[in-house]
Amino acid sequence: MRSPFRPDMLPDARVLDDHRPLIRSLERRGLIRSGLSLGALVMLTGCDVRRPEAVESALLAISRLNDDVQALLFDPNKLAPTYPASMILRPPKFNAYYDVTDVKPVIAATWRLELAGLIADKRAWTLADLQALPQTSIVIKHICVEGWSYIGGWTGVPLRVFLERVGADLRAKYVAFKTADNYPSSIDMASALHPQTLLALQYGGETLADPFGYPLRLRTAVKLGYKNPKWVTAIEVTNKYPGGYWEALGFPWFAGI
Amino acid sequence: MNRVTPETNGVATSSVTRGRRLHPWPVRIMHWVNAVVMLIMITSGWGIYDDDVVIRGFHFSSFWRLGDWAAWSLNWHFAGMWFLVINGLIYLVYGFVSGRFREKLLPIRPTDVVQTVIDTLHFKIAHEDITVYNAVQKLLYIVVILAGVSQVITGIAIWKPVQFSGLVSLLGGFQNARVLHFAGMAVIVGFLIVHLALALLVPKTLWAMIAGGPRLKPGGRAKEGHVA
Repeated sequence: MRSPFRPDMLPDARVLDDHRPLIRSLERRGLIRSGLSLGALVMLTGCDVRRPEAVESALLAISRLNDDVQALLFDPNKLAPTYPASMILRPPKFNAYYDVTDVKPVIAATWRLELAGLIADKRAWTLADLQALPQTSIVIKHICVEGWSYIGGWTGVPLRVFLERVGADLRAKYVAFKTADNYPSSIDMASALHPQTLLALQYGGETLADPFGYPLRLRTAVKLGYKNPKWVTAIEVTNKYPGGYWEALGFPWFAGI
Repeated sequence: MNRVTPETNGVATSSVTRGRRLHPWPVRIMHWVNAVVMLIMITSGWGIYDDDVVIRGFHFSSFWRLGDWAAWSLNWHFAGMWFLVINGLIYLVYGFVSGRFREKLLPIRPTDVVQTVIDTLHFKIAHEDITVYNAVQKLLYIVVILAGVSQVITGIAIWKPVQFSGLVSLLGGFQNARVLHFAGMAVIVGFLIVHLALALLVPKTLWAMIAGGPRLKPGGRAKEGHVA
């Protein structure tokens, strides 16, 4: 039977002959291209129905937008509520991406705090050097992204004091941390300069215990718990987004409270 | 010359005789946007909840959780919140400015509430005229709107407990705010169960929220249907 789609009047055969290579190449290319994209689509939806890539990237885009909104909401002069020392939880609550039995204590005698990035004086610091700097104590609430919270008392060097002392570029965007437990983390400069952001050396008036970051950890009242790296070994001031351990797995980066 | 007075203007006349729908199109759009966003907020909230439960031993199985682990539940929740807040704000402004809240949800007389409860217990559920809400319906709609507003307030408190520390102490502390946020969810889910059950029992209410429902007389009631 004659196809109903066939035109009644066929074009001159010469016209077709003149353009035959072009028509053929178009068809072949189009077929290959559509075949490939169809295959890719099947693989895309087949690999993870619960978390398709398009949805994931849309959620991450909104999460980055939320980071900007959070930075706008952050008031550098707003202090977190503080509590009397009697309310300090002893010992503090342990939390990490591994169990407390897997904590590898850091030897303070050989430990050094390395500096990198936009810092004038990059000489490494010993624990004694840091202890000689002016110390501040705060009793603040630790709030975990999971929902639990506790009141802890921290003593140490305000990060602002330290950054000023080493000649860091305070107009840089990020302050990044490396740790002995391979838990990279980073915060924005405004939060780093907040008066309740400490390089903590003590908890509850005593030297930090091993599971809680001895000899040095970050403790900031203006971020969720996962932005407080323990066993800090290096600080870098940078304008290049440094990310972090949980951030790489999808958690929001700013995590301000 | 053809003089057209406002009274005889064709457009004006037709809009008066046709009357507005029970659910004008903005209400329907906002309703369905809210339906999707609420489901996202509730199920992603269950995913976040599960890492540190409010009620000891009470978990939501993975089937009920949006996001395959906490990070994605959190990202869903913090994406959904914008749609919930923007849609909700437009809805509140619309409800007050258009007079819909006053017309549909007021007045509520305690005696009417009691009577409706008694009637319902006797399986006398009047639903011939879906354009008029009974006292219990009015009460439930007001409760769920307030619960939605409360969820945003307690949500802001647990999202930014330092920036809004005054709000947190007003709510009785961070953990208390969390419990209130959880309780607000429970109220909304409780409403949803009743709301869905009744919509399925009286399918024309569901259809009305899609197509707009019966046209109203100027007084706000249906042109047809029984009014007891």
